[in-house]
Amino acid sequence: MIKRFKSAIAAVAVSLAMLSQLAVAAEEQFFPLIDYRVGPYGSNGQAFYGGFIDYLNYVNLKEKGVNGVLMTYEECETEYNNAKGVECYERLKGKAAKSAGPLHTMSTGISYALVDKSAQDKLPLAMMGYGRTDAVDGSVFPYAFPLVTTYQMQASAIVKFIKDKSGGSLAGKKIVYLYHDSAYGKEAIVALNAEAGLNKFEMVQIPVAHPGNEQGAQWLRIRQEKPDYVIFWGWGVMNQTALKAAQKVGFPRDRMIGSWWTGSEEDVVPAGEAAKGYMAATWNVAGKQVPVIADIEKVVYGAGKGNLQDTSKIGTVLYNRGVSAAVLSVEAIRKGQEKYGKGKALTGEQTRWALENLNITDARLKALGATDLLPEIKTSCANHEGSGKVKIQQWDGAKWVPVSGWIEGNKSLVHPLFQASAKQYALEKGITPRDCSKEK
Amino acid sequence: MLYREAGQFKTTYAADQQIFPIRQDRIAVIALLAVAFVGVPLFASEYWFSAILIPFLIFALAALGLNVLTGYAGQLSLGSAAFMAVGAYAAYNFQLRIEGIPIMLSFILAGLTAAGVGVLFGLPSLRIKGFYLAVATLAAQFFIVWCLTKFPWLSNNSSSGVISTQKLIVFGYELDRPVEKYLLVLSIVVLMAFAAKNMVRSSTGRAWMAVRDMDVAASVIGIRLMPTKLLAFAVSSFYCGVAGAMYAFCYLGSVEPDGFSLDMSFKILFMIIIGGVGSIMGSFLGAAFILLLPIFLDIALPYCADLFGLPFSSATVSHIQILVFGGLIMFFLIVEPHGLARLWQIAKEKLRLWPFPH
Repeated sequence: MIKRFKSAIAAVAVSLAMLSQLAVAAEEQFFPLIDYRVGPYGSNGQAFYGGFIDYLNYVNLKEKGVNGVLMTYEECETEYNNAKGVECYERLKGKAAKSAGPLHTMSTGISYALVDKSAQDKLPLAMMGYGRTDAVDGSVFPYAFPLVTTYQMQASAIVKFIKDKSGGSLAGKKIVYLYHDSAYGKEAIVALNAEAGLNKFEMVQIPVAHPGNEQGAQWLRIRQEKPDYVIFWGWGVMNQTALKAAQKVGFPRDRMIGSWWTGSEEDVVPAGEAAKGYMAATWNVAGKQVPVIADIEKVVYGAGKGNLQDTSKIGTVLYNRGVSAAVLSVEAIRKGQEKYGKGKALTGEQTRWALENLNITDARLKALGATDLLPEIKTSCANHEGSGKVKIQQWDGAKWVPVSGWIEGNKSLVHPLFQASAKQYALEKGITPRDCSKEK
Repeated sequence: MLYREAGQFKTTYAADQQIFPIRQDRIAVIALLAVAFVGVPLFASEYWFSAILIPFLIFALAALGLNVLTGYAGQLSLGSAAFMAVGAYAAYNFQLRIEGIPIMLSFILAGLTAAGVGVLFGLPSLRIKGFYLAVATLAAQFFIVWCLTKFPWLSNNSSSGVISTQKLIVFGYELDRPVEKYLLVLSIVVLMAFAAKNMVRSSTGRAWMAVRDMDVAASVIGIRLMPTKLLAFAVSSFYCGVAGAMYAFCYLGSVEPDGFSLDMSFKILFMIIIGGVGSIMGSFLGAAFILLLPIFLDIALPYCADLFGLPFSSATVSHIQILVFGGLIMFFLIVEPHGLARLWQIAKEKLRLWPFPH
């Protein structure tokens, strides 16, 4: 009896050993996905994370991973709820200890809650177009990356766009800032105030309470103020309501410029005719004319491995944004492997180094088939943003059309604001900032 | 069988009036505390501390606060999350603006601040009752969240209104590991739960219950309504305030006003409805049910799906989880409208009379 028991144990031990060997044999790069597909913003999440996962699978199918390392992921549903986000993070953290790509939460609230935790656990936190913007200063936030661009840089870029349209000067003009009265809406105010002082235009701030499905009073005020432009920082149902209200009071839509969370198909299609001519900022273009998007549809969906059930979402603004996030993440893995050994999965700490030393040129983007999907990116310890550029796109009633080249916000105006804020954070938290000149 | 009380004689008033009169209960409570203070820290993983135990204890405390107000004093409130927000922001500001203030003191001050705000919003309860009062406390919910976004001073001029909490230093020792935070939260919750248990057994608690059952009769027998009701608001908000401060400092580490939404108030209300209105233990049971069941389903469902070979995506799992959760709430409300605590009470009564329960 005991003998049989012993042999059984031996068999189990051998098979376990084989299993672990198998796991070692196929190197895998793990992506913890703290995502959401249900809840109030579920449809946004479906498009974004659908694009993200599709690109990971695309890399696996097309080139057998990065130098033979396959991309794997595990999802955890947050429903855009901060407490659930933290629970998901804690759940996936154990798995991410061995190898981890950057975290993308697509939620400012969850990102804020994870900034400290992720630094403690040495997991890189990417916040593309949301989250803690002063993390641009990598000396205080080594593990947080507000990649591509931030709200403040975006606001500054929009002002620049308006300035160019108005013949190079904004002196004496009036701009209304209509915003979602929340953390998200208030982020841009600092930058806009600074721009107003510099360019001598008058700024009028009009908040809209969440959820913003009633904006009669605000638009009445806009009619009285007679502004030259409206800069619009909406979210969810507020966006379509604003467009309809603008039509009602007769404010020209082509003088309304929104942030990148107001410029997706989900925002304009429900507004119908009222949305025509409306403009919004974005750092990624929409559409399937981008080669990599078309190729994903062919390769991934052709193989029946597509993540989206509703394939009409392919090529939408948010889907392409998800792909752009994945392109950046995978490029970081590639960069990290150059330093830490090709064909090896990267730990969170190594991915962090890679994210801080990204250099994605236009030539590289072209090689990836991702021209115009995102701007050129070059990050460093002192600049975790890497670009700060956006495009302005216009809704022509059926699709988004880019109407500008890449516009960079006023870095010398905005970045000192980040540094001041990061400095204060370091002081509050007792963090000693790294010396960026010593990083390499 | 378990609850045979043969041989337990009470010879003094003190013995008769003690907090747990049955010896088995005393042993069970001591065993539970021993497990919580010693056993759990030895064996639980980081995930258990930061994702399950800490939020469970914090919400149990908030539910306890609401239970004092709604369950014992009979005043319906929908503002619990707002009072938590007051506690969180108050603790942050005390830490920020008073040099070298101990964290424990700022938690207490945060509770007192929340109590003050609670009394203010409790004033309408002197004139209105029931659902009308619920609507009045709803005003607190919206007003406080608005106030925290409106005045940047409260969030130290953070451009987004989000606050990031300071370090947790207790008696010169920095608590940064999850297990340390857990022990801190556990100590506070245990202390405050015993305080609440004693409060509801005292004349204060009896006055609350008299007001709850019939306020006219209560005033006829000499209970002054105004102080009684306002005290209930103050105590309840104090508990919620401390829970809020811990929610910010020990759990999330950074909070925004919008996080303390009406949703959260409802969640706390559901905790006491499911757990048991007017029961200290019910607050804990309810918090466990509302918080832990979804997580359990979230983890268990994919395994079940694998077992039966069903192609579940993470979105489907979330939908099923909501379905099952809703179904279970209805089930418990139909089977036992007085909550899980009542189920336990019935079981205990039967055990005490075993083998001849009736």
